[in-house]
Amino acid sequence: MSDTPKPGGQDYEARLKTSATTLAEFDHAPRGVIGTIQHVLHANPTFVPVIVLVASIAVFGVIAGERFFSPFNLSLILQQVSIIGILAAAQTLIILTAGIDLSVAAIMVLMSVISGKLAVQFGVPAPIALLVSFAGGIAAGYLNGWLVTKIKLPPFIATLGTWNVFFALVLWLSGAQSIRGADIDATAPLLKFFGNTIQIGDARLTFGTILMILVFVALWYVLNKTAWGRHVYMIGDDKEAAELAGIRTDRTLRQVYMLAGFICALAAWASIGRVGSISPQSFYEGNLESITAVVIGGISLFGGRGSIMGALFGALIVGVFQSGLRLAGVDVLWQVFAIGWLIIIAVAIDQWIRKVSA
Amino acid sequence: MTNTLKTLLLSGAAAVAFTGMAQAQASGDVTACLITKTDTNPFFVKMREGATAAAEAAGITLQTYAGAIDGDVESQVAAVETCIAAGASGILITPSDSRALEPVITQARDAGLLVIALDTPFEPADTADATFATDNFEAGRLIGAWAAATMGDAAADARIATLDLNPSQVSVDYLRNQGFMTGFGIEVNDPTRIGDEDDARIVGHDVTNGSAEGGRTAMENLLQIDSGINLVYTINEPAAAGAYEALSAFGIADQALIVSVDGGCPGVRDVAAGVIGATAMQFPLRMASLGIEAIIAHANDGTMPANTEGLEFFNTGVMLVTDQPVDGVESITSAEALDLCWG
Repeated sequence: MSDTPKPGGQDYEARLKTSATTLAEFDHAPRGVIGTIQHVLHANPTFVPVIVLVASIAVFGVIAGERFFSPFNLSLILQQVSIIGILAAAQTLIILTAGIDLSVAAIMVLMSVISGKLAVQFGVPAPIALLVSFAGGIAAGYLNGWLVTKIKLPPFIATLGTWNVFFALVLWLSGAQSIRGADIDATAPLLKFFGNTIQIGDARLTFGTILMILVFVALWYVLNKTAWGRHVYMIGDDKEAAELAGIRTDRTLRQVYMLAGFICALAAWASIGRVGSISPQSFYEGNLESITAVVIGGISLFGGRGSIMGALFGALIVGVFQSGLRLAGVDVLWQVFAIGWLIIIAVAIDQWIRKVSA
Repeated sequence: MTNTLKTLLLSGAAAVAFTGMAQAQASGDVTACLITKTDTNPFFVKMREGATAAAEAAGITLQTYAGAIDGDVESQVAAVETCIAAGASGILITPSDSRALEPVITQARDAGLLVIALDTPFEPADTADATFATDNFEAGRLIGAWAAATMGDAAADARIATLDLNPSQVSVDYLRNQGFMTGFGIEVNDPTRIGDEDDARIVGHDVTNGSAEGGRTAMENLLQIDSGINLVYTINEPAAAGAYEALSAFGIADQALIVSVDGGCPGVRDVAAGVIGATAMQFPLRMASLGIEAIIAHANDGTMPANTEGLEFFNTGVMLVTDQPVDGVESITSAEALDLCWG
């Protein structure tokens, strides 16, 4: 082809000068302040929980004073939310796939009872007892995933069922009896590993807190930087589209449930360090508390949207509210009241953000 | 003769009849029902054991029911209805809700069943024919008095934390708490209300749901308000174990005296280990076996169980367990208690 058009030929390119130079695009009406905020939040789902967290720390710092703001108290809040935080990480995985897992806390308590029974009462070496509990967590997750993908049960129903099944197994195995802290210390101190602390100035970080943060960082990497993680989001957003795009959705879903089960088993190990003993009665509402953290963290219950870090912030917001209200001398029932409103407002904001127009 | 008149005439003889109940013979096909709040708590497990043993010994049929969780009223209503339909002679029940079960209990009594509340009284107590329970106020009073005597002069400057059950302030919760306050020598205002005391020695109260995890968090919260807490009252022994973990984590395990209520075997071992200073033991097995005997006696000759004098219920006993006995409060050692503990 020559550089200059042949004389007499059609000069297509000359027309280019008068044609539009921009790409096809949507019309933009001016958004206004509210619309802009809506857009920013849509693009950055963790903004809301971060703002709420910072604001609530500031407000309680003023109301409850220095005691609240002390490094010691702030590290204590981290410690208090660590178990529910880890469960919320597992819960987030499931909720991102547009599911819900009512059995997370039951898996956790069951695995803590299994490792405790084996190590403390049957003299099995603690590392093996823990490995058994990890395998058990993965198996419990597989059962959930199998019920959801093969039997086609809605996740709510599948995990409602397994919650009860696991809870009954807890009671059967434990005889509803606590395993005492002193007995764990004497026979299998490794089970309480995550109760160890690192002192940094006045702050006291337990290993359990550090585990929680590591779990979130690892999951953030997996969800955002790996193909598998993108698949999880896609399945939650639109399972059929994901399938048409060539993703083996059922297999990925089962893997999600198994990973969640494994994280619950990690939480089980951490919970022994936190509680000090193995108590079958503990964490009975842990499933709902984990969902609360996820929802307040701005992760959409409709799947496919939200950052795993939101769940961490959600758990921290709950912890900050409880600690702040307690230090301000507010009766317990008002803590429950406040958390209730937090949930409602968080989901209302999510609904509003979802309505964002392009 | 009306039922009321019958009750009046028989109540005088009841105390005498009670002692003879153990020997009461089952009249053929007597059926008794035991309905507990849950079948998960070792307390109720022990209760069921006691009832089963007593029923077997007397050769009667026992049907047992339980709610799924504490507060599960629907399951208990269904269980009472099933017992009426089954033609049972009597029901032993630990009501999940002191007030909500009133209609179905009345229905059962109208159908001629003897209804005995175990452990948790109805409100009002005469919703049932009788109540066999631990004197929870007395349980609290014993550990309060023990704490005051143990602290001696230091009691005047005590820094007290109370770790209670839940925000609902149910009867067992306020009775133990207010009993403790009374025993320690603190003036209670409304005896059915936790936390309305004006005594400056009280740092605060928080709730635990009766679990170790709740006990730990509640103790941490109260230590944040005052790190000098040196006396901790707990609603039960798992909460006490959690409180001890929190104190240990703060590095002040020896600073505070922990007192509790229940008498579960892990709790008694915690007394032996020095985790808990003293606990007040209750006797679920006796509650249930006495209940079965009362149902048999009623089925045989209409005997109505009577209350302990001065109380609105029959007191099945409470005993202080401690390895540091004090003058003026009767107690048994943890070693002796291990033979008696439940769960």
